[in-house]
Amino acid sequence: MKLPISWLKDFIDLDGLSVEDVARKLTLAGMEVDEIHYVGLAMPDYSKGEKHEFKTTGISWQPDKLVVAEIREVMPHPNADRLTLCDLYDGTEQHTVLTGAPNIFHLKGIGKLEKPLKVAWAREGTTLYDGHAEGLVLTTLKRTKIRGVESYSMVCSEKELGISEEHDGIILLADDAPTGMSLVDYMGDAVLDISILPNMARNANVIGLARELSAMTGRPLKKPTIQYATSGESIEGKISIEITNPEMNPRFVLGLIRNVEIKPSPYQIQRRLRLAGVRPINNIVDATNYAMIELGEPLHAFDYDVLTQRAGGKNVKIITRTAADGEKLTTLDGNTRTLTASNVLVCDEKGSLSLAGVMGGAESEVAPTSVNILLEGAAWNFINIRRTAKQHNLPSEASFRFSRGVHPALAEMGVRRGLQLMAEWSGGAVAPGLVDNYPLPPKDVVVDITPKEVKRLLGIDLSAKEIAELLGHLEFECSIHGETVTVKTPPHRLDIGEGVVGVADVLEEVARSYGYDRIPETRISDPLPPQIGNPVHEWEEHLRDLLVSLGIQEVVTYRMTSPEREGRLVRFDEYTRIANPITPERTILRRSLVASVLEIAEKNARAESLSLFEIGPVFEPRKGELPNEPRKLAIVMTGRRLASAWDVKDSPAMDFFDLKGRIELMLAGLRFTDVSYAPTALSAVEGPSYLHPGKAAEVKVNGQVVGVFGELHPLVKEKYEVGDKPVLVADFDLDALRTAGPAYGIVPVPEFPPVFEDIAVIVDESVPAARVEALIKQTGGRSVSAVSLFDVYRDEKIGAGKKSLAYNLTYQSDKTMTDAEAAAIRNKIVKRLAQEVDAKLRS
Amino acid sequence: MQDKLNAIEKAALESLESVKDQAALDAWRVAHVGRSSPLMQVFSELGKLSKEERPVVGQAANKVKVALEAALAERTEAVKAAALAKSLEEEQLDVTLPGRTVNVGRLHPSTQQLRRVLDILADMGFQVYTSPEVESDEINFQMLNFPPHHPAREMQDSFYVEAGDRGDNPILMRTHTSPGQIRAMREFVAMNPSDPPAIRIALPGMCFRYEQVTTRSEMQFNQVEGLVVGKGITFADLKGTIADFARRMFGQDVRTRFRASYFPFTEPSAEVDVECFVCGGKGCQVCKNSGWLEIMGCGMVHPVVLQNGGYDPKVYSGFAWGMGPERQLLLRYKINDIRYFWGNDMRFLSQF
Ligand SMILES: [Zn+2]
Repeated sequence: MKLPISWLKDFIDLDGLSVEDVARKLTLAGMEVDEIHYVGLAMPDYSKGEKHEFKTTGISWQPDKLVVAEIREVMPHPNADRLTLCDLYDGTEQHTVLTGAPNIFHLKGIGKLEKPLKVAWAREGTTLYDGHAEGLVLTTLKRTKIRGVESYSMVCSEKELGISEEHDGIILLADDAPTGMSLVDYMGDAVLDISILPNMARNANVIGLARELSAMTGRPLKKPTIQYATSGESIEGKISIEITNPEMNPRFVLGLIRNVEIKPSPYQIQRRLRLAGVRPINNIVDATNYAMIELGEPLHAFDYDVLTQRAGGKNVKIITRTAADGEKLTTLDGNTRTLTASNVLVCDEKGSLSLAGVMGGAESEVAPTSVNILLEGAAWNFINIRRTAKQHNLPSEASFRFSRGVHPALAEMGVRRGLQLMAEWSGGAVAPGLVDNYPLPPKDVVVDITPKEVKRLLGIDLSAKEIAELLGHLEFECSIHGETVTVKTPPHRLDIGEGVVGVADVLEEVARSYGYDRIPETRISDPLPPQIGNPVHEWEEHLRDLLVSLGIQEVVTYRMTSPEREGRLVRFDEYTRIANPITPERTILRRSLVASVLEIAEKNARAESLSLFEIGPVFEPRKGELPNEPRKLAIVMTGRRLASAWDVKDSPAMDFFDLKGRIELMLAGLRFTDVSYAPTALSAVEGPSYLHPGKAAEVKVNGQVVGVFGELHPLVKEKYEVGDKPVLVADFDLDALRTAGPAYGIVPVPEFPPVFEDIAVIVDESVPAARVEALIKQTGGRSVSAVSLFDVYRDEKIGAGKKSLAYNLTYQSDKTMTDAEAAAIRNKIVKRLAQEVDAKLRS
Repeated sequence: MQDKLNAIEKAALESLESVKDQAALDAWRVAHVGRSSPLMQVFSELGKLSKEERPVVGQAANKVKVALEAALAERTEAVKAAALAKSLEEEQLDVTLPGRTVNVGRLHPSTQQLRRVLDILADMGFQVYTSPEVESDEINFQMLNFPPHHPAREMQDSFYVEAGDRGDNPILMRTHTSPGQIRAMREFVAMNPSDPPAIRIALPGMCFRYEQVTTRSEMQFNQVEGLVVGKGITFADLKGTIADFARRMFGQDVRTRFRASYFPFTEPSAEVDVECFVCGGKGCQVCKNSGWLEIMGCGMVHPVVLQNGGYDPKVYSGFAWGMGPERQLLLRYKINDIRYFWGNDMRFLSQF
């Protein structure tokens, strides 16, 4: 909502308050000012270090340079046909001013004007906007010669003064504009751009905002007096209204004005409308818009003669009803709209006239030739209006207000204000009486509130009297009975509920009226609730720390993807699908976390070395229900083991074992000791087809599969632009991993020195290293405290199909072990290996 | 004999003069005090001398030996010192060469910020409560006092999930973490339905809005909510708790400002601004010259929401607030493109 300060001043005295003061008060009370746009009034002087709190735009008019002046004669320019010279009087002196304004061109050469033209005149040295430039460019008026005539001042257009984009002609002020008065004093303004919250629809108008400001400042609200003379035949009994569904249309009011002269509205009215964001059309349409912005009630004007004609000369009957499915209406924007049964129409007996509360119809709209005007003010169901406006994509000032709720009491007030303005601006005669059909008045909401409730919920001590005063500022009617304040909702708001909700609604008004800033800051005095913690969350955070300590970077990716994107890695039969995707790239919820992280690896492909992980949910669809959201860990590694540097050249590419090493360390960090790895092909569960069949393993903890990992299958890798190095991926089921029990207790640090020994054995290629290691550990028992493979070797001497595995053994005993004892254990191991896997000791 | 010894000593000392390194020292030792050196020759031939001569020559030879060894020791020190000086002089690194790097893992900045928030809240007695990212309209909206078709829903455009016809209760991507309020309240009520326990929880998690992804808006973002329910919770407590949190989060001197606002699930509602920590409130680009930064929305839990959670609004009251870790990061690190977060470019991530 755009609020010109000058308009606000019609209803509240703002003396002593700066524009920023007003903006701050409104903002703190919930009417957030997004921007202050100055149109003449003095802006705060930032250069002097004045603190400013709002986004500020616009222009200030120099009081000594811009004044109201009068043009007394328009004369031709001696050397230019399209220019004129004006004989201008600024209140003390006469000037000759050059202009090309087309809107006074017709006065050229007719001699001294009967009635001088009041204009906005800028002296030499005035800073204003360049009317000829694209956009807003400041310029300063300098003395110059135009086609041989000296020029040092100018008469201004709206664009030059920052009022609007209008530059087709100069501003022609009202005849009573006082010549010589500083322009800023005459019509300097500032516009507050205010966000209206959904529960504050009542404030989407000038009076509503003035009322709030009155509550915040204690200054009285100057309510408008709506009075006008009436003449001619009363319309009561001449026009009837039939409301078929009061739920949709609780009230409908009509008034009539006869013999209007359609013409532009007075300049100040046009200026205010422009500043408020509404384009002036003519005095009749402007009156409806002006009343709407002022009071909050959208009005609609019909050409009464069109309606009479449609009625065949009989009495006009207005009917409101829901549309038939498929019914058509041409709205005044010229579009023919196909309606549905949820749309509400204003009709006469011949057919539809307008889309209720949203947009008028073309046939009955006010035309330049209209003479008699029927004015509608109504109340509509806000949810219905909201749907209709959305359905037909017709956001308007009217539907904005109606779709947030306008109190039916305003319908009558709106019509009367509209008629008053039309009479003032058009010379028409208002017909006596209104036709008012009001089948469904809203319930009078009454809420009881006590100082005890205020204390319990707001934490402040207020007496019943103080509560009543605070609410009274916002026009609630309060009566006090003992400790209870009975609060009646004023007839402009629909946002106060009943029962406990009503109490909360009213308490909010007490708090706002009191001022949020005056409520103290206290610490919770309630005892600390039961401490339950969140072991799942804590465990995941621990896992994140472990992975980070292993040099793996965390990423966080989109939950939404598409089957095609994810399908590069893996396809599923069913997905959780987005019903209203915003882009074809994101149509489903992901089922593979690895696919998400792979995309990030792809985006970072230029990095030499990448190690990434993500922890998060995937989404398993369930028909008609919320999907399951199992938590997963995905790791992706690719590139060189070390990034190239001045002393690192051609570091080897990471392979299966780089990833496996991280996984081993991760599982050790989680204190799992019973961990085993098996080729996925050997397992009961088949490994994912996206892994290289020979370079993939599944991981078991305590005998339970918790994840798989390996190198990406060459055919899958082809689909990703990730460079030529192997891509290693891991996929862990965090629920399985988390619920696996960690080891209890620790391995004590030995007191006696260990004995180290290396052995190398030659075995068939088919014998897994893990098997050899397991046999060594088994045979060595407690005496062998560590076994680590330090070399795998193949050559002709060993023989084809054979490999040599070299191990580093650590013997440990609860006393100092002798060489002989070590040798005995060693012999046992060698013998066992020979028996079980046909291993030969390599000399 | 004495002459011979003198000659040996003189020759040895002279030759020591030219010794410059360890190898030469070793060679000199062999040549002059070694087993077959002339001096040792003298010792080995002592037996051939007469009883009278023997001690005299022996003593004299010993004197030479001591002298030579002392000279050797001195020379050795000198050679060492020279070698050290030389090596110190030669071993000059180019200290401007880059250091050797290691593979570093980091938490995503959002996780880092979530942790900062949750750590502070944990200190204040708030425990983490998590709930699903896909929700029913009932729990995401209706239970939180957004009736179907209510204008307040326009504040939260949603992604819906295909789930067949569920009437007024479709499935959607949660638009905020507030549905967790309902889930948590119901769980707490279940613990003791006759006298439900008080609640003090933090609800972190990913939320979704139907919005085009631009430099300023995202379809997915984290949120952290705080929820307090108890028998004596007031708006003043809300102000105090949030002011405490803001001081921990943004600095002990930071001031907070509460502006009236509207959320369907709280009443009274407020928007919280903290004094701009970039300019200290003077006005800058980050705070759009206002001196204040909007950091969260909050309010007293709406009676309807308490009721839906199973808490009697006549007995219990509570407050809730929600904030965005990514928004805090944008402000804190002057990030001008919100897409960086889920873009996961290493050149961005490696800065945290
Ligand atoms: Zn700032």
